[in-house]
Order: sequence, then C-alpha cells, then structure tokens
Amino acid sequence: MIAESGHYALVLALGLALIQSTVPLLGARWRDAALMNVARSTALAQLLFVAASFVALVTLHVTSDFSVVNVYENSHSLKPLIYKITGVWGNHEGSMLLWVSILALFGGLVAAFGNNLPLSLRAHVLAVQAWIASAFYLFILITSNPFLRIANPPIEGRDLNPVLQDIGLAVHPPMLYLGYVGFSISFSFAVAALLEGRIDAAWARWVRPWTLMAWIFLTLGIAMGSYWAYYELGWGGWWFWDPVENASLMPWLAGTALLHSALVMEKRNALKVWTILLSILTFSLSLLGTFLVRSGVLTSVHAFATDPTRGVFILLILCVFIGGSLTLYAWRASALKQGGLFAPISREGALVLNNLFLTTACATVFIGTLYPLALEVLTGEKISVGAPFFNLTFAPLFVPLLIAVPFGPLLAWKRGDLLGAAQRLMAAGIAAFAAIAVAWAWTYGGATLAPIAIGLAVFVIAGALCDLAERVGLFRIPLSISLRRARGLPRATWGTMFAHAGLGVALIGIVCETTWNSEYIGAMKPDDVASVAGYQLRLDGMTPRQGPNYREMVAQFTVSLDGRRISVMTPSKRNFTTRGASTTEAALLTRGASQLYISLGDTAADGAIAVRIYHKPLVLLIWWGPVLMAFGGLLSLSDRRLRVGAPKPAQAARALQAAE
Amino acid sequence: MTLWFVFALMTVAAIFAVLWPLSRGRPAGTDGSEAVVYRDQLAEIDRDMAAGIISAAEAGAAKVEISRRLLAASDQEQHEVPVQSNLKLRRMAATLGLVGLPVVAAGFYLALGSPQLGDFPLAARSRAADANQPLTNLVAQVEAHLEKNPTDGRGWSVLAPVLSRLGRYDDAVRAYRNAITYAGDNADRRADLGEALIGTAGGVVTAEAKAEFERAIAQDADDAKANYFLGLAAEQDGRKADAAAIWQKMLATGPGDAPWRPLVQAALVRVGGVSAPALPDGAVAAAKDMSEADRNTMIRGMVDRLATRLKQNGDDVEGWLRLVRAYLVMGERDKAMSAVADARQAVASNAERLRQLNDGLKNLGLDG
Repeated sequence: MIAESGHYALVLALGLALIQSTVPLLGARWRDAALMNVARSTALAQLLFVAASFVALVTLHVTSDFSVVNVYENSHSLKPLIYKITGVWGNHEGSMLLWVSILALFGGLVAAFGNNLPLSLRAHVLAVQAWIASAFYLFILITSNPFLRIANPPIEGRDLNPVLQDIGLAVHPPMLYLGYVGFSISFSFAVAALLEGRIDAAWARWVRPWTLMAWIFLTLGIAMGSYWAYYELGWGGWWFWDPVENASLMPWLAGTALLHSALVMEKRNALKVWTILLSILTFSLSLLGTFLVRSGVLTSVHAFATDPTRGVFILLILCVFIGGSLTLYAWRASALKQGGLFAPISREGALVLNNLFLTTACATVFIGTLYPLALEVLTGEKISVGAPFFNLTFAPLFVPLLIAVPFGPLLAWKRGDLLGAAQRLMAAGIAAFAAIAVAWAWTYGGATLAPIAIGLAVFVIAGALCDLAERVGLFRIPLSISLRRARGLPRATWGTMFAHAGLGVALIGIVCETTWNSEYIGAMKPDDVASVAGYQLRLDGMTPRQGPNYREMVAQFTVSLDGRRISVMTPSKRNFTTRGASTTEAALLTRGASQLYISLGDTAADGAIAVRIYHKPLVLLIWWGPVLMAFGGLLSLSDRRLRVGAPKPAQAARALQAAE
Repeated sequence: MTLWFVFALMTVAAIFAVLWPLSRGRPAGTDGSEAVVYRDQLAEIDRDMAAGIISAAEAGAAKVEISRRLLAASDQEQHEVPVQSNLKLRRMAATLGLVGLPVVAAGFYLALGSPQLGDFPLAARSRAADANQPLTNLVAQVEAHLEKNPTDGRGWSVLAPVLSRLGRYDDAVRAYRNAITYAGDNADRRADLGEALIGTAGGVVTAEAKAEFERAIAQDADDAKANYFLGLAAEQDGRKADAAAIWQKMLATGPGDAPWRPLVQAALVRVGGVSAPALPDGAVAAAKDMSEADRNTMIRGMVDRLATRLKQNGDDVEGWLRLVRAYLVMGERDKAMSAVADARQAVASNAERLRQLNDGLKNLGLDG
C-alpha cells in the first residue's frame, strides 16, 4: 500500500501541476484574483503530494521491499540504514524524484512566502514553475518510474553501486540539486517578466534571495562533490574536467554572473535585459547538466543510467524549455524598458566586466564539454578534451578576472575613479609582491608561475580586506569609531568580503596542491618504509575484515616525522560481494591544511601491495575557499535590508577634478 | 479496499486545493507592489545616511533617482485594469479541478500502477525452509544465512564445494576465502580456492590461483592438488621441464594407490617428460585416453565455447574478461586484442558494463 500510495501521490502531483500551469495564466490574463490564487494552493498541495511520494520511496528502501524494482535493483537488506536512505537518490529514478521534490519545495516556498510579490507576477512565476514540474513528472512517470513493481519479489536486492556507499552521497546530490533547481526560480521570474512585459528594480529585489540561495547550495554542492571524488575514487585528484563536473561548473559560472548582474539591477536599475538573459541561461545550463548526467550520453563515473528513451525525452524537455524561453526572450526583450546609464569606469562597469569574463569562461567550458560529443555524433570520431584544453583557456580568462575582483567594490556607482581605487589597493599590491618574493625565495629554482599565482591570490584576499578597511576608515579615524562603523556595516558588505577572499583562499590551495604535490608510487611489503615529503610511512601489515555487506583488506601504516611517531593510517580495499565490485578507501591524515593520502592498489603474487602515497600541501584550502564563499553568500542572504546603490553625484566628481 | 479509500481521500484533498481559492472572493490585500519596494528603498537611504554609510550628497542623488522611479511606478499602477472576478472562468477552472484532475490521475495510475500488489517489506516475509526445494533454493538459503552470519566458517566450508560443483566459481572463490578466514587456513582449502579460481578463468591457471597453490604448498608440501596444478601452471607457461619435474616428484613420493596417479602420469606423458616407469597396460591405455583428450585441447575447447557463447550474447562482462585473460595466458595476444575490440562493441551501449570492462582490462594490464 505504501508503494501504490506513493505512486498515486506522484500522479496527483502531475495533475495539480497541469492545473497550476494553466489556470493562473488565464487568471492573470483576465485579472481574476481567485484564479491567480489557484497557483498558490496548488503549488502547496503539489509540494505535499511529492513529499509524500518521496517519503514513500524512502520507506520502501528502508523496509527493503524488493517488490519494487527500484528497491530491488539498488538496495540490499544488509546495507547500513544510512545507505538505505541515501540509496534512494543514488540511482536514476530516485534522483529524479528528489529533483522534482526540490522543484516542488521551491515552488511551495514562493507560494508560502511570496506575499510581497504582486499578484500577477506570483501567478506567472508559479505557472512557469509548474510547466517545468509537469515536464519532469511526465518524464519520471513514463520513462523512469521508481514505483514499478515485481509480482514475485526476489528475496534479496542487487545492492547499491559500492562507490556510492559513502556519506558523500547523503550530502552531495541534495546540495547540488538544491543549487540546480534553485535557479529554476530565477528562470521562472525571468519568463514571467517576459510574459508580463514588465521588469524593474523591484523584480531584482524579489529574485536576488532565490538566486543567492541557489548559488550557495551549488557552491557547497560542487565543493562537496570535489572532496568526495578526492577521497573516494582513490586517484588523489580533486577536479578532472570530467563532463559531469563541467556540467555543474557551467551553471555555477553563469549563476555567479547572474548574482552580480542582479545586484546591479536591484541597486541601479541597469542591465535589466542582460539579467533576464542570464537567468534563462543559468537554468538552461542546469537543465543541460541534468541532461548530460541523466541521459547517459557521457560515459563517466556518474553515468549510472543508460536508456535511449530517457535521453530523447530529456533532450525534448531541454529543447522545449531552452528554445522556448530564448525565443520568448528574442521576441519580448526589445519591449522591456532599458535601464539606467553609467560610465564605463564605475561599479556597474566593473560588474559588466565580471559578467563578460564569467560568461566567456562558461562558454569555454561549454565548448570543451560539448564539442567532443558533437564531433562524435557528426563524424563518429572519438576525441577527448581534457585538462590541457581547460588549463590553457580557462586560466587566462580567470587571471584578469581575479586581478579585477578587488577593484570592483572600491569603485563608486555610476562613475568611478580607477586611479583612486588603485591607490586604495596599494596595501594589497604590496602584500601581493611580498608574497611573490617570499614564495620565490622559498622555492628557489622551482616553478616560475606558482609564486606569481600565489601573489595573485594574496592580492585578491588583501584586496577584499582593503575594501573593508576603507569602509570602516581603519587607521584614518580612531579605532573605536572604526569598530563601531564595522558593526554598522551591512552584512552584505561582510558577505562580499568573505566571498571574494574565499576565491583567493581556494586559489592558494589549487596552486600549492598542483605545484608542490609529492608522491610515492610503488609496491610495498610489510615492514617496508616509504618516505614522502619528510614523512616516513611504514607498512605494518594487512588484515582482512568483514563489513556489513563487504569484505575488506585493511593495511596499517605508521606515520612518523623525523623519527617521531605521529599517527596510524588505515587505507583499505573493499570487495562488495553482491555486485562483485571493489572500492578503494583512501586514508587521509590532516596536518594543518595539508594532507597525507594513501590509496591501495592491487596485491602482487609475492604478497606486495601497490601503494600510492601523496603529500598534498595546503590542499584543504581548495575546499575552505568555497566554504568561505558560501558563508559570505549566507551573510548576504541574512541581510534583510534593501539594496540601494547611491550614485556618485556628477557635480562632486567635477569639483574633485578641478581641485586636482 | 483500504487502498482505494486512501486514493479517494488523496484525490479529494487535491481537488480541494484547486477549489478553495476559487470559492473565496478577493483575498486580504497582502499583495506587494513596486511602489512599496521603492518606498522601502527611500526609507533605507535615510537609515544609511543616519549610520554614516553614505554621504548627504550621495543620499540626495539616490533619493532623486528612486523618487523618479516611484512616480513612474505609481503612475503605471493607476493605469492598470483593476482586479475583477470572472464567474464563467471560475466555473471552468472548478470543472477542470473536479473532473480533469481525477481523470488524469486515474488514467495515469491505472496504466502504470499495480493496485493488486500489496507491500512486501522484508521483515514480514517468511524464510521457512522446504524439504522439496531444489538444490539452488537450499544454496540460496544457506547463502542468506551466511550473509547474516558471515563469520560462520563451517557454513562457508560446506557451501564452497557445492558452489564449485554448480559452476558458480566466482561465488565459490568468495566462499573459500571466507572459509579460510573463519574456519582456519589449511592446505586443502587453499588448493580448493586455487581450483575455483581456475574455474573463474575458464581453465587457465592464473597468477592469483598459482599464488594460492603456493600458499597451500607452504603449509603442506605434499598436497596433491596444489602440486598437480602448479605443474599445470608450469606447463601453461611453456616450462615443460619444470612441469615434468614437479609431476615426477609427485609420483615418486606419493602413495602407490593414490587416486590421482593416472591423471598425473598422463600429464607427464603429455609434456614429454620421462615416461612413467613400468606402467601396467591399463594405465598406459588410460594415459592414451588422456592424451587424446589432451589438456590443451580441452582448454582450447572451453575457450572456444566461451567465445561462441559471447558472440551470441555479449552482455557478460565477466565472460569477456575471462576470454581475454585466457587468450593472454595462451600467448595469443592478437586474439586477445580482437576479443577486447569485440567486447567493447558488445557492451558499448551500456555505460556501467563498459566501465566494468575497462576496469577489468586495466587489471589485466591492457590499457585503452
């Protein structure tokens, strides 16, 4: 009964979504408040039914009801409870159900907390939201139904893909989906604005929190996914430019651009049409990401779903939504009022520059990801575009962007003073050169570019601090007043500081890890000692162990530094009996922000085991950076104040020039 | 019956969500408008100025801008068509909810759902044994028992030979491994494990299997099975002299009535080692028989059968890997490479299998 009720709840959600996607539009057309309000109650009811459906699937997985195909194929009665629950979205059908649940959640949030929205805007937004939802309900019910049954249920399930039996699965997909799907709200707002033919600063004020929330989740989701790949896949790498990773990076880049342009729009009523386009593009890229991962056009670690009908169906959804919204944009954008004007050198100008670089970077990733696919479809030739392409194209785009980052917040709205900003960044520049000099001296004769990159990162961090110091008048006025001013600063300003500094922190981690990473790869027998980056690692021995649904061979290493014993590390290789697959559980030892990493390979006939040991200096900064960024986003989100950008009065500027 | 009752309740709730707003007149004036946002912005500027974040001149400029927008927004609001109520449309929407929703829901559900099936949570299902069950069911029960009590060494040692006989070599390997872990390590179990490993490799003595036999020999130098297969390993590696030496030593030191004597003697003849000393006629005949069913031919036959089976049904990744491994061990690298190509083609449509295949090939040392 649980299975069938869950199934029926999903069907009802589809019915409600169909009504929600039409009736409110009629209401908005004929200005009928009751019809427009249908959007609200149906969105809430839809959330209720999808949630019920999701809870039903979780219950089925927890009780190991193998009469449900999805449970049979992806669960096992011996799996620990947490993996029974996370296994719900560790497979194609369940993850799509999570996708629509989150979509319904966002719809429900707009319905419940959208009191400050004009009635017709809310009706339009929820109707567009329901179009997306209807398409995905149909997709789930027709091609990937998680509630299909087996009449003669088997006694045991086939278990979850062992790579996914990890705590990372509990966090990474929900975070990522909250990010992907969160951008559907700004998409719906953009399409609603196009339908209504009206857009203004108030629009941006309503869109910003949603975009910010989606961006925070996407940032954390990507960082979490990267860390998961780092410790679970056993290769010691944290970013592979894998198409699936790129699929999540593209919406992030577009979303970051959107965040900044929405800021300009809210504060200065400019860049309106561009913001609408970015909203559409960001969600389109999220849909594209879903398509790439879910259709199985890519063969990668994530492609645990392969079925041509699904691919075609998602492609259809993709074409309808992206093509439809872009057509609508081309048709209606010219009717929108253009916004305020600004000089090229101004805060607005800096944000336009930011947008240009981010969208170009996004386009680069887009080409690198899709070109091989297109080539394979057209000519049948298989090529792979890997790290070299992205390093050569992505990095040159990001360097000028990073140089520009500290300047942006220091420029005034409407007309800025680049020289003045440069003067105020003097301290950051000095810090950067000092960092370059120190890094250079430290690693004399080593990599040339690395110290410069570190200098750039320090410049970004120090620049963010400079901006803050400037605002509170540090060292110019008594400290007590500065502190009082700092308390009075809007939280959004603090958020900017943290997010920008996070960028620099992540860059330091990336540079250090890629440049000064040291490794030992070889076969070790018990009592062999390997030394890596000054650490001695002794293999004490290997012991077999039985886990709940796997057997593992655990190797024990004693780590010592200069003869002093520090810790014990126990990497293992797990063999999952039901699927006959094995996973590598790397052992990590954190020392400050650096890590030692051991991963086991195959056992040789003579009892030696292949071992890979890495020392990764400051590697953790790679993930602390995004966490800082997300924290900055959270601070900004918690700031309930309105955003007003006071323009620099023209007369004052002229007076200043005269004085010089 | 309860199921349909629950469905009916859910449907009613869904319809209610559509009808409720329709039944109400104009809702309380909660809706925001642009003018409100601009008015808030004006208030915000005053606060910012009071806090000293912006200067008076900047605040003045900002106020001028916002006031201009506020005027435009209120102007527009006055021109807008006021909200009205349209009875005909509301009736239409109500009908849609009352009729359309249940029809869509029923249509989809009846086509996709299985209302006749109840729940089958694992805890509620009986696992009672039945004497008339076929062997496979009994094996399944023992396996289920062992999944719950994985440390039952005796269970594993009982199960392992049965699995081997059923041809489920992969499972047999696991069972022997567990038996060794929990029931103790001894030469017999190691040798049996090695034999099962040979089974998984389609008759080829792999390095993994050889390692097991060597472990068996380390515990009991006279273990017949381990010695025989080590000889076979030497033969398959092309070291016929070593093979002959191993087997000759077995014949010299083993008991005279050992059941394995004819087999080893035949093998010895095959590798062209010194012929068995003073064999009775029957044994010679037996050896002749064995020669005809030469072990190499036998292996080749098994490999060919495997290849044919895979040609018909290419989904079996394990099978492909076994075939490639067999060709490699037999020294036929060309055939191995063509099998790799065939395998890639056969599983190309399934990403998960392709990945397994690639992983397996990597383990065999065949990259890309």
